Amino acid sequence: MTDNNPTPNPRPDNARVIRRLLFVVVGMFGFGFALVPLYEVFCDITGFNGRTKNEQAAVNTRQVDTSRTINVQFITRVNTGMPWGFKPEVTSVRVHPGETKVVNFLANNPTGQNMVAQTVPSVAPGEAGLYLNKTECFCFNQQPLAAGAKTKMPMQFYLDPDIPKHIHTLTLSYTMYDMTANAQPDVLATFEATSAD
Amino acid sequence: MSTVAGEMDHNDHHHHAPSGITRWFFTTNHKDIGSMYLWFSFIMFLVGGSMAMVIRAELFQPGLQLVEPHFFNQMTTVHGLIMVFGAVMPAFTGLANWMVPMMIGAPDMALPRMNNWSFWILPFAFAILLASLFMEGGGPAFGWTFYAPLSTTYSSDSTALFVFSVHIMGISSIMGAINVIVTIMNMRAPGMTYMKMPLFVWTWFITAFLLIAVMPVLAGAVTMVLTDKYFGTSFFDAAGGGDPVLFQHIFWFFGHPEVYIMILPSFGIISAIIPAFSRKRLFGYSSMVYATAAIAGLSFIVWAHHMFTTGMPVAAEIFFMYATMLISVPTGVKVFNWVATMWRGSISFETPMLFALAFVILFTIGGFSGLMLAITPVDFQYHDTYFVVAHFHYVLVTGAIFSIMAAAYYWLPKWTGHMYNETLAKWHFWTSLISVNVLFFPMHFAGLAGMPRRIPDYSLQFADINQIVSIGGFAFGLSQLIFLAVVIKCVRGGEKASAKPWEGAEGLEWTVPSPAPYHTFETPPEVK
Repeated sequence: MTDNNPTPNPRPDNARVIRRLLFVVVGMFGFGFALVPLYEVFCDITGFNGRTKNEQAAVNTRQVDTSRTINVQFITRVNTGMPWGFKPEVTSVRVHPGETKVVNFLANNPTGQNMVAQTVPSVAPGEAGLYLNKTECFCFNQQPLAAGAKTKMPMQFYLDPDIPKHIHTLTLSYTMYDMTANAQPDVLATFEATSAD
Repeated sequence: MSTVAGEMDHNDHHHHAPSGITRWFFTTNHKDIGSMYLWFSFIMFLVGGSMAMVIRAELFQPGLQLVEPHFFNQMTTVHGLIMVFGAVMPAFTGLANWMVPMMIGAPDMALPRMNNWSFWILPFAFAILLASLFMEGGGPAFGWTFYAPLSTTYSSDSTALFVFSVHIMGISSIMGAINVIVTIMNMRAPGMTYMKMPLFVWTWFITAFLLIAVMPVLAGAVTMVLTDKYFGTSFFDAAGGGDPVLFQHIFWFFGHPEVYIMILPSFGIISAIIPAFSRKRLFGYSSMVYATAAIAGLSFIVWAHHMFTTGMPVAAEIFFMYATMLISVPTGVKVFNWVATMWRGSISFETPMLFALAFVILFTIGGFSGLMLAITPVDFQYHDTYFVVAHFHYVLVTGAIFSIMAAAYYWLPKWTGHMYNETLAKWHFWTSLISVNVLFFPMHFAGLAGMPRRIPDYSLQFADINQIVSIGGFAFGLSQLIFLAVVIKCVRGGEKASAKPWEGAEGLEWTVPSPAPYHTFETPPEVK
């Protein structure tokens, strides 16, 4: 350094800018993860991505709107590696908005082991999901099924009469997952009860 | 010899002890680091390019001839990753390192040691990525977009290496971006107000903000893939309550701003070159700045146009369609301004200008096919076909890469002190221009006719079109070797370049001698 250097402007504060930028970096890293719960909430509110209300709806007290008929289709599939058979008893029903219907689903466990399944619903078009109310559904709980056993699982639902006019058909799809490894203790207890008999 | 030059030499010795290879390991000089970035990016361009040659060779005929489908998938994946993160982005960072301090009258980047780090971790990132190709089970084969569950349930064991290499690339880009922002905010010469900065500086300034906003989101996405695959989380696994569509939202929230990261600096380069060779000032400087900022802002609200076929509600599709189309307004402003700059200019057609002109026309074609893809109802036809491949290669190859070539020819005299060989450079331009269109233009038709992307085999009706495309591909690949020859010749010697070899060029970088001395603007210039 030479001695007769004129005093330069006070050095701009790099550290402050860097701190702020790093704050943005850390914040955006967090935002990436925050998108996960945000997406959940967004889907629940809007029915985006076929999300349906997967909880028991209040008993149907709505007026039946006989002027409209909506075709409700059922699709079932099992996840990769899930050996169960899983089918709806009927592939579609025609309902009036406000009318309560029951549809049975058939499942069988062809393996030699007791297994537990969980089904997850999805509705297309997504916006119809908000108007599909289930008063009873096997999908609310995990399903235990002993080795070689079969079962008939009821699902009771009605469509909210406020369902948009342009919806004439909606598809309810169920995917069944193997939950044996992560079964709830009370569900597993049902196997013990049956074997004790 | 003037005393100024003598002093310069003296300073060189005074400040710089390391020589030989250690000079490059330990350098904190923005010009050294810029050169290393540019060479690294060119090497990656050739590596990624050879993978493209494998892809085109396999697709030369229908049926499987040369490679297994699994290896083909690794080639498409790693070609994409290398070109995006290894070729285009480091080339821009290299140009920023070289040019930003010289354009704003600063002696160096604000954070020179971090600059050294942000370069030197990059070769390790790509060594890891490329090494994963030789592992048992192969490297990443799920596309550069690594959609779950392809990258989680169905990926090879080497996926962790892919994740870590992306982490390192991300850290490198974030450090580079922070450096650019701090340099521009704190190191401008007296009188260099924001609205006097050259557009290359402006576009990089905005790009750097995009980088620090979205690279962490990418880091989050790869981390979630890592924990889903190896640690039993279920971010994207429906069986555990997750959602694979969520992956696409997170990825494209990064991915769409990312594509602007790869084009905004190009806009800056073109905005420097067109005025220089039209011998006119840039038309609509401030509208260029605002248009760049508008494009950057809009880039955050259009990501789902990559996902029209995932079953979104109609309202969302319409929103993303219109938001996407809105981007063509600021982009149109830019194209208009470039054309207006040339209007009644005294134009000469040296190689940088030829590449810039090709950029304006071909990038606009890429923009038009982008508009077609933005139209939701027809996107269902175009989605995941070669039409998409044609679109993004027009904006990335004839857009980003042509602008990088233009920049290289424009500033080579400043970097090396020699003029490049104009004849050879013109050969490079014309062979590239013709072959790149033979390569990518027919892909539009293959896509419209229904040929899917990322497939090693195809039905017979696409045979002729793929043969033409492959021939274009090989020619384009070979043409780039001419570029390598031009650069090497220019580094080694050639006609001496003056401080300002382009008579219409403007900017502080042309006020220093060619080649630019090791240290420039140690005393800040006065900007009026």
